[in-house]
Amino acid sequence: MKLYCLSGHPTLPCNVLKFKSTTIMLDCGLDTTSVLNFLPLPLVHSPRLSKLTGWTSKDGTVNLEKELKECAGRVFVDSQPEFCLPERELLDLSTIDVILISNYHCMMALPYITEHTGFTGTVYATEPTLQIGRLLMEELVNFMERVPKAQSATCWKNKDLQRVLPGPLKEAVDVWTWKRCYSMHEVNSALSKVQLVGYSQKVELFGAVQVSPLSSGYSLGSSNWIIQSHHEKVSYVSGSSLLTTHPQPMDQSSLKNSDVLILTGLTQMPTANPDGMLGEFCSNLAMTIRAGGNVLVPCYSSGVIYDLLECLYQFIESANLGTTPFYFISPVANSSLEFSQIFAEWLCHNKQTKVYLPEPPFPHAELIQTNKLKHYPSIHGDFSSEFRQPCVVFTGHPSLRFGDVVHFMELWGKSSLNTVIFTEPDFSYLDALAPYQPLAMKCVYCPIDTRLNFHQVSKLLKEVQPLHVVCPEQYTQPPLSQSHRSDLMLELTPPPMPYRRCSVLNLPFRRRYERVYILPELANSLTPNEVKPGVSVATVSAVLHSKDNKHTLQSVPKPPPVAPSKKRKRVVEEPPVGLAPKPLLSGAVPLESFLVTLQKHGITEVKVEETPDGHILHLQAEDTLIQLEDDGTHIVCDNNEPLRTTLRDLVLRFLQKL
Amino acid sequence: MPEIKVTPLGAGQDVGRSCILVSIGGKNIMLDCGMHMGYNDDRRFPDFSYVTQNGRLTDFLDCVIISHFHLDHCGALPYMSEMVGYDGPIYMTHPTKAICPILLEDFRKITVDKKGETNFFTSQMIKDCMKKVVPLNLHQTVQVDDELEIKAYYAGHVLGAAMVQIKVGSESVVYTGDYNMTPDRHLGAAWIDKCRPDILISESTYATTIRDSKRCRERDFLKKVHESIERGGKVLIPVFALGRAQELCILLETFWERMNLKAPIYFSTGLTEKANHYYKLFITWTNQKIRKTFVQRNMFEFKHIKAFDRSYADNPGPMVVFATPGMLHAGQSLQIFKKWAGNEKNMVIMPGYCVQGTIGHKILNGQRKLEMEGRATLDVKLQVEYMSFSAHADAKGIMQLIRMAEPRNMLLVHGEAAKMEFLKGKIEQEFNCYMPANGETAMVTTNPSVPVDMSLNLLKREMALGGPLPDPKKPRTMHGTLIMKENSLKLVSSEQALKELGLNEHQLRFTCRVQLQDPHSDPDTLHRVYTHLKSVLKGYTIQHLPDGTVMVESIVIKVSSSAEDVNAKVLLLSWSYQVQQSPTYLFFRRFRPRFGIFFGNV
Repeated sequence: MKLYCLSGHPTLPCNVLKFKSTTIMLDCGLDTTSVLNFLPLPLVHSPRLSKLTGWTSKDGTVNLEKELKECAGRVFVDSQPEFCLPERELLDLSTIDVILISNYHCMMALPYITEHTGFTGTVYATEPTLQIGRLLMEELVNFMERVPKAQSATCWKNKDLQRVLPGPLKEAVDVWTWKRCYSMHEVNSALSKVQLVGYSQKVELFGAVQVSPLSSGYSLGSSNWIIQSHHEKVSYVSGSSLLTTHPQPMDQSSLKNSDVLILTGLTQMPTANPDGMLGEFCSNLAMTIRAGGNVLVPCYSSGVIYDLLECLYQFIESANLGTTPFYFISPVANSSLEFSQIFAEWLCHNKQTKVYLPEPPFPHAELIQTNKLKHYPSIHGDFSSEFRQPCVVFTGHPSLRFGDVVHFMELWGKSSLNTVIFTEPDFSYLDALAPYQPLAMKCVYCPIDTRLNFHQVSKLLKEVQPLHVVCPEQYTQPPLSQSHRSDLMLELTPPPMPYRRCSVLNLPFRRRYERVYILPELANSLTPNEVKPGVSVATVSAVLHSKDNKHTLQSVPKPPPVAPSKKRKRVVEEPPVGLAPKPLLSGAVPLESFLVTLQKHGITEVKVEETPDGHILHLQAEDTLIQLEDDGTHIVCDNNEPLRTTLRDLVLRFLQKL
Repeated sequence: MPEIKVTPLGAGQDVGRSCILVSIGGKNIMLDCGMHMGYNDDRRFPDFSYVTQNGRLTDFLDCVIISHFHLDHCGALPYMSEMVGYDGPIYMTHPTKAICPILLEDFRKITVDKKGETNFFTSQMIKDCMKKVVPLNLHQTVQVDDELEIKAYYAGHVLGAAMVQIKVGSESVVYTGDYNMTPDRHLGAAWIDKCRPDILISESTYATTIRDSKRCRERDFLKKVHESIERGGKVLIPVFALGRAQELCILLETFWERMNLKAPIYFSTGLTEKANHYYKLFITWTNQKIRKTFVQRNMFEFKHIKAFDRSYADNPGPMVVFATPGMLHAGQSLQIFKKWAGNEKNMVIMPGYCVQGTIGHKILNGQRKLEMEGRATLDVKLQVEYMSFSAHADAKGIMQLIRMAEPRNMLLVHGEAAKMEFLKGKIEQEFNCYMPANGETAMVTTNPSVPVDMSLNLLKREMALGGPLPDPKKPRTMHGTLIMKENSLKLVSSEQALKELGLNEHQLRFTCRVQLQDPHSDPDTLHRVYTHLKSVLKGYTIQHLPDGTVMVESIVIKVSSSAEDVNAKVLLLSWSYQVQQSPTYLFFRRFRPRFGIFFGNV
């Protein structure tokens, strides 16, 4: 059993597990942090961005001023943003049988894997994961296609040139494999390969392996996966949460008894408490509005935003923000808000109870009804006429490189009255802000990451006790910036097996048994013998049928009666075929009882001679010797088949047959 | 032989009060717990005394599963759990869990508040009963206990309707509840995978019917409503609040829009708004088309359909009224019916099945004079139309489901005996079909395979020998030892079995002395024996070993000569018990003809 690691990003994993002749991809996360190296894509012409100076090396030998622009001491690529894909050379992607998706954030690379690679397998995901994942992909495509960029910069990727570049560009890895965003056509094609599954549904793969998603408590429809056969169990833990937010709570007990547990998707903010961050978010928001400023919240269109809106629903009245307009701008804003209300089965208990009333599970329905929250597909159209300030705007993309957020950064960046509040933990906020510098607006960093922290995960592992843990190497040492915090890493015995991008791990597994089925006819014909108290054995002779990785044992068919041949019997003898072999024997033959038995069968003249290892019985009338020892019996006689058979059967009476 | 027992307490050769007991692998499951619309006495509920004469049911049942929210499937639930007594888990889907208590409360109100019955379950009992409910998701495998697992499939009949698979070990039963194999305007079609249950318990409401296409029925329905409205008549459509009502509402709503009609459409009882809200929140349970477009246009937001007030019934002019309940046995639909029955311009359309004993059933059978309470009679002059809109599978649908699930046995419930008999005849051409009456038990013997854990070494060896594909003409036999310890069954090679059990092998060997006369030296005699055997025993491995022995397979042959007579040789044949065939057979048959002269007394 092997694990191929195609992504080095611990929260956007992409691993491939080879298990019992199946090839299973676990998640296909898209590392979007690469877009931070690019200039933002403005929705309307930005004089500031177009006036940035091009970059040439200090000595003037390298001139890339068409492709690279300088802004506040940093260099950015002036091209359509590109993503860092999972490794595609480590193994042949067309051999992948299935892809298991754990949550909608971890499927964004799907079109790159399923399209144009010869992939012919199936993707498994829950319904909310599919629907919301589709929305996020749609949004991404829309963001990119709305502002097409004529230029596609490639010269800077030249190895020799990249080496002399400044800053993060120089260290960027695998830049040649970076890819532009996929098209909607590719998204639709990729998602048409998705097969929906429900929590605890058991899905058989080729009869060899069973996979089953479990609630992971992180987002709507998010799941961990169990991959098991009758004797081996691998748990795949990705993006899980023990906090009570909107999703169904995490199913922990089903992870028990795993041989291997693959652990990914822990919190990216191990030191930030989500509740505290939420409080800070609200107070900063209120403070800015009261001072007459606007608040910009760069966020994804699904996930934490539901919790933010719920929090604000309770907060608005008490903070006297009843008249402040809240805007949610995204091509999929409406769909995201609507979809969140129809997944009752996937919600926490409290929200389910509301649906039974029947009431919408999320209070943002009421915010919309009372006109406190308005949603628009983009800043164009209705929004431009209905827009009032001061206001709060939720919009994407959290990288600040594309989407409507770029417009608001340009619009509000110059005033210190306004505030941008970062809630998504995926991007460093300083890097995100870099191309907007110098900036007058206030920046507040309240990353809300509800995924497991190190304390929670060690408690979890203590409870479910996997034999081995596999995790990204980042989790086996404290974060670089806090190297003294040994509590911010995994300490386990045996130590976890770390992986990095392009690792291939041999998982410690010894498969010893396989489930087979004995058909009733054969089962009824077996005769068990008790060899020890509570332990019985039976010898089995059967025909093995293996089909679709399922093995059954059937009775041996009776050989067809041989037609009496008219030919003269040939002299040449063939070895007999198909006869059951005789069982192995165990035990010892007790002398006294054996003698009594012999006597009963008319063998009375027996001379017993003691030897170091046992006895020799001389059957004088028959001129036969029987050598009795603890682990052997030897019958020596002339060619007297009936006698030999009798003696054999008498000896066998005292022995166990296996 | 293991057996599965199925006993209907209700719905056995009947429609109403569905309640079926299943015993499988030592587990007892109650499927549905419904009431009968046709009775107002004890026969209204299933006879739980069948399970136990006194005391609570908890000890006798492992779980209760409710297939959908119709009262003939869940109406007796609070009575069963709170009045008879059951504290175990009750499984139902989320929509059923949401809607079921509302219908139960309605049922309670009509029975207690309107008819003044006592000794009926209370509102509190409904609440307490619902606390025992565990929600089920589609396709989720729910482990009731270590051995019993259940799984729900989409049934399409009403919002949240499910079929369930019950499994213990390798035995399984599928119960369909009510289901529909053709998608309609708001729900999808039932679906199940090829799970090959030992028994498929299917409803058979429309066992003998093969219905024409849904489109035709819809057109007919719209034409009748339209004609009636055109001539100024009033149309009453008795429905149950949830289910058919929504489908017909969608149908009329789109028709009204298309034809630009102005006549009002009303929906009785306050449940409408609420009911439609359930459909909006559980949109994932509706059909593909509605699910796909719900963000742009929610099909359950009606423009033309308004809430009904009792006073509207006397308004002049045409109107269409949806009123509950669906079988005209009580409530608002019955009141309106009484008001409108006298006018031949009016029309009542019965869109679903009516249970015997209800007014709906009577008028559908052509009765034009009805005896009402207090000896009054009611002349029925209005037009009576029947449109089969209830979403049950017809004969074709039932056969379709059989093809999908491939059961080994079939058991019919929820239908009329005569109709069942017909379908049973058809099914029995292929396999056994049962149709027990209430209180009767159908027993099905199952023949489960025995799962064992086979040593991978042994399996791989066998698979390697057998080649990649099994050859049906030349079955290969494998041999091993089955170790039975506590609950584990392991199949290993005999050698491994000895090792695992910590036993020593006992060698049983035989040696046979054969006297013969041969003038050659001992090694030469042995060599002569070797060459002879080589020539006659084709296909055997024969080796002449340097230690002065000849081996035929695992039989050892040695030669020694006696001290007195160098020509008198003794041939020692030695073999172990495990040798397939007694070597003497081999040797003496082959030796005698040619070497006979060498043998002494054999």
